[in-house]
Formats: sequence, C-alpha cells, structure tokens
Amino acid sequence: MEEKNLICINCPLGCMLTVAMDGKKIVSVAGNTCRRGDTYARKELTNPTRIVTSTVRVLGGSESMVSVKTKEDIPKGKVLECVRALKDVVLPAPVKIGDVILEDAAGTGVSIVATKNVQ
Amino acid sequence: MNNQLSADIVIIGGGPAGLAAAVAAKKNGIDRILILERDRELGGILNQCIHNGFGLHTFKEELTGPEYAARFIGQILELNIAYKLNTMVMDISRDKVVTAMNREEGLFEVRAGAVILAMGCRERPRGALNIPGFRPAGIFSAGTAQRLVNMEGYLPGREVVILGSGDIGLIMARRMTLEGAKVKVVAELMPYSGGLKRNIVQCLDDYGIPLKLSHTVVDIKGKERLEGITLAEVDGRGKPIPGTEEFYSCDTLLLSVGLIPENELSAGMGVELNPVTSGPRVNESLETNIEGVFACGNVLHVHDLVDFVSEEAAAAGKNAAAYVRAAKETAGRAAERASFPAVRLTVGTGVRYTVPETICAERMDEHQTVRFRVGGVYKNCYVSVYFDGERISRRKKAVVAPGEMEEIMLTKKQLMEYPDLKEINVRIEEA
Repeated sequence: MEEKNLICINCPLGCMLTVAMDGKKIVSVAGNTCRRGDTYARKELTNPTRIVTSTVRVLGGSESMVSVKTKEDIPKGKVLECVRALKDVVLPAPVKIGDVILEDAAGTGVSIVATKNVQ
Repeated sequence: MNNQLSADIVIIGGGPAGLAAAVAAKKNGIDRILILERDRELGGILNQCIHNGFGLHTFKEELTGPEYAARFIGQILELNIAYKLNTMVMDISRDKVVTAMNREEGLFEVRAGAVILAMGCRERPRGALNIPGFRPAGIFSAGTAQRLVNMEGYLPGREVVILGSGDIGLIMARRMTLEGAKVKVVAELMPYSGGLKRNIVQCLDDYGIPLKLSHTVVDIKGKERLEGITLAEVDGRGKPIPGTEEFYSCDTLLLSVGLIPENELSAGMGVELNPVTSGPRVNESLETNIEGVFACGNVLHVHDLVDFVSEEAAAAGKNAAAYVRAAKETAGRAAERASFPAVRLTVGTGVRYTVPETICAERMDEHQTVRFRVGGVYKNCYVSVYFDGERISRRKKAVVAPGEMEEIMLTKKQLMEYPDLKEINVRIEEA
C-alpha cells in the first residue's frame, strides 16, 4: 500500500493528511480534524478543484472594481481559462452580492457571482 | 473648538475588529456608539482580500473577505450604529477626548465614555530591511499591490519576485499570476514560511512558483525602474553566504515581510505597549493600562485569522459595554479594581508573548482564551501551563510554528482553586 501526504486547504488550520492508497483506490484518510479534510483528500487525489476569485470592472459605481468568485469549486485545470473569461467583462453599477456575473464559466457549468456590493 | 460631540463608546477603526466590537457593544446594551473610519468604506483590509477562506469559524461557511465584511456591515446598519467615513483620528487624550477631522465637519472632538482601539496594523516597509541597492520604482509592499490590483484595477508589473512568505505575499503570488504576471520566485529569510500552510499549497504549489527558504535579496538593480534583484542563501544567523548569489530579472518586487500594529494613537495617549507584539499590554478584559481604553484585533497583536479577530473584538466590545454601565452606576470602580489582585501571565521556553498579560480571577468570565505565538518550529511537543511552578495542563501538538497563532483556555474554576496564585507560565516542552 502507498501513502500520500497532503495539506488540507479548506481552512487555515492546514491539517496534515496522510492518505493510504491501494493503486488508484483510496483506502483511508488520517490526520484530518473535521469531515472536510476527508472529502478534500479524496477529491484532491482524484479530481482536484478550487474556488476561483478575481475582480471585474464596474462602470459608474462608487468603486471601480467588484470582487467575484466561482459559486462552487471548479476543476483545477480550468482555473486560468475561467479568469481569462472574466478579462473583458464590464458591469454597470449597482452590483449586489450574489449577482450572477457570468454563467457557465469556461464550460464548467458553474456561474461566477459578485462578492461585494457596489452602489 | 465649539464642535464637541459625545458617545458612550468611540471605536477607532471600522475594519473587522471595530465592526465586531461595535456589534457586541450594542448587543450588550450600549446605544451611543460611534465608529471612526479613515477609508471611504467600512470593512478595512477585508475589502482587498477578495480570496476565499474567511468565516469558517464564525459563519460555518467559506466566504471571501468582502462577503465576510458585508455580514458585519449589515449588522451595523441593522443595529443603527453610527459611523463616520473618510475621518482621520488625530489624537486621543488620556481622559478619552478623541480629536478627529474630515472634509465635511473639519476638526472636531468626541468625548468618549470608553474607547476601543481597533486601528489594525501596517506592513513593514523596505526601509526597515536594509536591502542594499538603488531605490527604483517597482518595489511595493504586498498589501499595496493587493489594493492596486483588487480595488483600483491596476497591475503593478509583469515580472515579479516576492520577498517574504507572509500570507499576503503568498496570496499575491497567485493573484498576480492569475492577472497575467509571471511570478518567478518567493524568497524567505527564515528556514520556514511565515504564512499558512494552505496558502503555500494553493498559491505557490498550484502554480509551480518556487519557494526558496533561507534566502534573501542582497542587491537591487535598476535606477528609474526595477530591472532585477539578486538573491542569496543565508546562513543560520541570517547572513548571506558568498557564492550563492543568483540574479533574477524582474520589474516588480513585492515585500511581505511582516506586519506591525499601528499604535501611534495609543502611544500618544499613554497606553503601555508590549515590545514583543508592538501592541498594548492588556488584562483579561482586553483593557489597557488606561481605564476604559480597550484594544482588539491587529492593533493588539497581529492575527492570521479574521475569525479570531472578530471573536476577540466581540469580547472587547462586551467588556467596554460593561465598563460604561458600571461607570454610570458607580463612581467607585477604581477602588474595586485595586481590591482584586491580578495574576501575571509569563512566557517560558518557546513562547514569545501572551494576550492578555494579566488575569483577574474575580473579574474574568467562566472561560478565558489566552492567545500566543511561538518563536520557532517545534514538532511533537506539548503546550504546558504552570501555576506558580506547578504544571496544571499540557496539550500535545504535532507541530507549532511562528506563522500560526496558538491558544490555551483557562477557566475561572481553575483560577479560583489557587487563591494565592501569582504567576501563570505558558511554555513549549519536548515530548
């Protein structure tokens, strides 16, 4: 059996995880202090995903930029494509937290939403 | 000045600490609260921290900085707590008169029943580092670059080297990469990173950005604009090792080399500071040596996690509210304070400081969180607590590091069992 070491990125505790693997099968996860660690380890070794955050330009608002994020985590390999898709997006003010900025970002099926209120 | 206002509690700073303190004070029965904020909006540093990872402790969900701030700003509005933006506090007197100014009202004074210091911290600048070489454009503190990219919409440069592996530096390595810049290397003087482990994984490893530990910048090239820097390895005492120099061409150098609590106002009013934290010395109520002046958040000691800032600030808000109520009911608080002896918290091997520094068993809540940082990396160790030389608890830790704040919990019951207690010592012990 093979052992892999990971650091959980779900929260700032950064638990050190030890994953026992039998070929491509995950046998056990140890070292996590909560359920998220177990889920993270299984995902990270099969289909790693990330939440992506960035900013988008706003026209006519109290701020010139609004922060945005993918509503859910997306495959790691799609991160750069997702940010590129936001490059030329310009929003008219006002923008509210949760407003959908872009649907189906980079073909992931996940939408990008605003994370800040701009008047 | 004929322009004098008054408030039961004046909170200096509308960032995460100030907001949480205000909400707690209001919920503990104080109506006349005023927050003074120098920026154009509430939320402080959270507004430029657009990445996710905030709020898992406080809200049980993962939020970005602006979302976390919005939760608290929402409460401020709902609770009708007064605040002034674009307002700079110039001075606080020992008897709690706050002098501030803004464009609309000019210079004005606020007479405060209690003051909560929540000014946050500043980044250590290049001038504090003794890097040789010219002083061209293109050298920024990581937080300045973060504000430029995330709030103002400017990319400070295309080819980047980052000195220091603090969290802001790591976060900016990823952010600059996503915005199309090439981050060549992150160099760290110490043999360990000053940032959170998760940030090394998701900000550096994910993008193949090398982290060079025990390395520093020994030369800066470029007169008008930065053209490149030279890195060298350092020995155990932090001195560059000749022959290890390596040149990196770059147009931007970001510095993420530490944060310093911003205590000019505190020092000006006579608040005693701890040289280790550069923040005020406080008792169990987070009250400074000046009665009715409280401190919380990064102005008290630099935190890694905003959730803990909110928790600490809520305690400060609650304690300030209790102080204001007591001061209204009785004028004899000074006598009461003197009659309860305070237990000193001291640090032993491995521990750099504790917040608070004194605890009064009579006045403390049932549970008292004591936060501290260690001075080095220790593996498989114990965090031990001694009451006057007697070990009363120890907790096993797989690893402790300077970059991650630790805490212990003391209970009122424990302290009451030791009526003659003089000193509580916190230390790291080998397993």
